[in-house]
Amino acid sequence: MSWTEMAPLLRDATVDTLYMVGVSTLLTAVFGLLLGVLLVLTDRGGLLTAPLVNRVLGAIVNVGRSLPFIILLIALMPFTRLVVGTTIDSTAAIVPLTVGAIPFYARLVEAALREVDRDVVAAAKAMGASVREIVVKVLLREARPGLVAGLTVTVIALIGYSAMAGTVGGGGLGDVAVRFGYERFETEVMVATVVLLIVLVQVVQMLGDLMARRLSRR
Amino acid sequence: MTAVDGVDLHVRAGEVFGVLGRSGAGKSTLLRCVNLLERPDEGRVVVAGRELPALSGGELRRARQGIGMIHQHFGLLGSRTVAGNVAFPLEVMGVPRARRAERVAELLELVGLADHAKAYPAQISGGQKQRVGIARALAGEPKVLLSDEATSALDPETTDSILELLRRLNRDLGLTILLITHEMNVVKRICDAAALMRDGRFTESGPLRELLARPGSELARGLFPLPPVPHRPGATVADVTFVGAATGRPVISTLAREHDVDVNILAGAVETVGGAPVGRLRIELPGPPEGNAQHLAFLREAGLTVEVASAVPAEVLRVGGAPPDVAAVGTSDEEAK
Repeated sequence: MSWTEMAPLLRDATVDTLYMVGVSTLLTAVFGLLLGVLLVLTDRGGLLTAPLVNRVLGAIVNVGRSLPFIILLIALMPFTRLVVGTTIDSTAAIVPLTVGAIPFYARLVEAALREVDRDVVAAAKAMGASVREIVVKVLLREARPGLVAGLTVTVIALIGYSAMAGTVGGGGLGDVAVRFGYERFETEVMVATVVLLIVLVQVVQMLGDLMARRLSRR
Repeated sequence: MTAVDGVDLHVRAGEVFGVLGRSGAGKSTLLRCVNLLERPDEGRVVVAGRELPALSGGELRRARQGIGMIHQHFGLLGSRTVAGNVAFPLEVMGVPRARRAERVAELLELVGLADHAKAYPAQISGGQKQRVGIARALAGEPKVLLSDEATSALDPETTDSILELLRRLNRDLGLTILLITHEMNVVKRICDAAALMRDGRFTESGPLRELLARPGSELARGLFPLPPVPHRPGATVADVTFVGAATGRPVISTLAREHDVDVNILAGAVETVGGAPVGRLRIELPGPPEGNAQHLAFLREAGLTVEVASAVPAEVLRVGGAPPDVAAVGTSDEEAK
């Protein structure tokens, strides 16, 4: 395949990948943070100890994390139709990508929040801060470098998952690599998509590291 | 598991009270009970006249704003500057932004950190961090300050400067301080009263002067570590403690002159305890204790505490009965009843 043929193909695929990964990252950040915070708060010794809620949430997260993404992609089809009205295109791929990434990021959020010094939380409590103030102004703020590092890992995992989005017609770089590079033996296309994916991952990791470092005051 | 049991703690307004004990004795739990970071299963907690366990969530948070607390590992927000850390409790209290900046400047001035307002905790020393902790604890103009091993992570000189600051705040602001520590030195330097805690109970407690005058007091012995009592058959070994006015009079030489007895001094120390000089001497008199009764009585009449060393049982002195846990901090006597 010539470069002129390949260029629009790669451009569209890149746009699809960025769209799928971008939107699902935003959604994952919101819901993953929420779930991670809940896991920490409801845990034994947490600010809102609720062992039963904690166990149920933990179980849901574990189920979400044990399903292979390709299975999740197919199993979620009825849910996807309910949410976005279709099961085939890149918007439809966003639903399983998000659902798959939320528990992943939630565990990373949980770990980052646990790193916050217990004395700091005790101090805030002793000052009369409310649970909301402790979560927003102490836990989430103090854990920012860890939360950003975790999100970086999650975005890169999402880029990986998005390669399977082609299964539901989601397009993207991974899909092009499979359809052209693998199934049609177009080695140049394979090489080009792989290079683009490597560049994408590198850029994400670099930005993530830079941000985490700027947020860290150690 | 019961961490604190049958503790009756009453800290008078304006007093510095120290709870001394090893790690695991229950000191930290006791301190955390005072602002209800830990909720006692039974008993009363009264701080500055308010019965805390009876308060609702919101009321309790407001009550906590009037109780300062400092921590062993400082508990500073690493993501905020020194000024930001001091501003935090003011934000929690809902102080408007403009007033906050003013108050932060005042507080940093008070603890001697005005120059470090823009530094991050990671950029300052341990002693400076604790000063930030103190400034932050004072933001709500508390009457009571709780100190959880505040100097335990600091080197000796820094410890001294922090203790001096606490003493100054106690005097200048009338701040009532309840501190827990495992360092006898802390009790010696700034406490007016102290308690010794072991296995969740107070084994003794009271004003330092009284403790020093109390025969068999472990705290008094800790404040004045004299060498082990030598075995001296046919002689009387006694530990004599001088507190307050008695330190100014030549009692021992008067005894020797007027009673014509040879007094042998085996050991001695003079310390400043709670701001007052206190001395302790270990003396030896010839003959068994029975024969020295009148000499010992002379010393007691002179206002000294006299303990015949060999006769002191190693048994710990127990204080009173064991009422349910009661902690009253910064209340006047009648309020605590």
